[in-house]
Amino acid sequence: MQNRSFYLKILSAVIVFGAWEIAGRIPVSYAFPTFIESMSALFAMIFDGSIFVAYAETLKPLAIGIAISATSGIVIGLWVGLSQRFEWLFSPIFIVMQAAPLAALIPILVMAYGIGLTSKVFVVCIMAMPVIVLNTAGAVRNTPSNIKDMGRSFLASDRDIILKIIIPAASPVIFSGLRLGISAGFIGAILSELKITPTGVGDIITYSRSIADYPSMYAAIFSIILLAVLFLNLLERIENTLFEGNNRGYVSD
Amino acid sequence: MSQTNNAFDKAEPIEHESAVSVRNVSKNYGEVEALKDLSLEFPRGQLTSLLGPSGCGKTTLLKIIAGLLEPTSGEIIIEGKKVTGPGPDRSFVFQDFALLPWASVLRNVSFGLELRGVAKSEREAVAERYIKSVGLGGFEHAYPHELSGGMRQRVGLARALSVDAQVLLLDEPFSAVDEQNRRKFQEDMLELVRTENKTFIFVTHSIEEAVYVSDQIAILLPRPSRVSEIIRPTSFRGTGVDNIRRSPEYLDIVDQIWASLRNYVE
Repeated sequence: MQNRSFYLKILSAVIVFGAWEIAGRIPVSYAFPTFIESMSALFAMIFDGSIFVAYAETLKPLAIGIAISATSGIVIGLWVGLSQRFEWLFSPIFIVMQAAPLAALIPILVMAYGIGLTSKVFVVCIMAMPVIVLNTAGAVRNTPSNIKDMGRSFLASDRDIILKIIIPAASPVIFSGLRLGISAGFIGAILSELKITPTGVGDIITYSRSIADYPSMYAAIFSIILLAVLFLNLLERIENTLFEGNNRGYVSD
Repeated sequence: MSQTNNAFDKAEPIEHESAVSVRNVSKNYGEVEALKDLSLEFPRGQLTSLLGPSGCGKTTLLKIIAGLLEPTSGEIIIEGKKVTGPGPDRSFVFQDFALLPWASVLRNVSFGLELRGVAKSEREAVAERYIKSVGLGGFEHAYPHELSGGMRQRVGLARALSVDAQVLLLDEPFSAVDEQNRRKFQEDMLELVRTENKTFIFVTHSIEEAVYVSDQIAILLPRPSRVSEIIRPTSFRGTGVDNIRRSPEYLDIVDQIWASLRNYVE
């Protein structure tokens, strides 16, 4: 079973990359390089070290933003889910944040916080936090009342109920919120580098496009997607170690 | 030993000491009166069933005794003390099992002790003993989703027994279990009542089940809920599990209860 899912993953990668290669060879557009060209551009950037320099820049707002969104998102989400009053207070903010057209808000952020790291962290947070908060709050509110009653009848304190019942019960949905939020955070990080100041990976994308070095541009895009996928897989590993019983029979990564 | 038991069973106690007293309990949900001025005594060391049509408030009463719901008026006295919330003297078996789906059987059974702050090695030793005693030996590390309904309720029962509470509250414990498992459970209940010396309060909607397992049956009638009748089977208790369903008294009581409940079934 484990083996078959591994082969299927390889197969799906081969199909996608094969289609990319073919589309690049036709070519569908002058600006669309083949898979092999993009990969050799990626390796070139790896060997001359420029991609690591770029990531050192990009990962700063990304890591800070994701760390803030994940921790405060889960805490606020728990709070909103546990208390009616905080739901009234906070959930409109996050619903607005989720629905807001971010690209249009960036000029306001830049006016308020300048073009530095702060604005970029904000963009990552605006992308990542709402879905984490809303998912956590929803999951907490929907904890089955029978297991909360069970906890109370076996003398659980409020703290026990939150830590030993509500959080584990909500954890699958909290983690799916984290997955969605973190992938949105990756988008936010690149968006901020394209819209605020071109640094890091955003700079590679902007610069290679301006000099028509499309293989490098696609190599940079590919690398960020690869990083996001690896990170999400890591997150799933963490979930499965922390909450072993959550993994109920479905084929996991 | 069994002779002594038989002798006790045949003796007719004139008055039972009660472990749990329900005194003038009322419960309103807004306009709706779920329970009205209900009083009932539960004798120590015996099994009392609360039996009645659906909506008669029997689960509400059980949750009030458990301390999970507050009565609007009236009080519950357990061993001389007034109930103000859940306590170590009671444990609960839930109709829908209420197991933690992310926890193994061992953790589920030891969960009550975990909440009481018992050390891990000690609580797991106790839990393992009760897992064996309910017949789940070998499933300690299985998860609830891997078990059948009957096995899940055995986990729920082991959890309730492991905290060693004096009063066991069972909310329709076998209604989500298949027929054959239910019969086995009912036989096991009789054994538990005989050996554990605890007070059992058992909510059921099955007349046969109530008569089969109970020392005392309280018939509750709805709207507003009240105790209409208390029945104490006498003759078949000591005759062995195989003979109960053939006893004329068993059959008479079942018919008598059905006759009084028939009008309340929509």
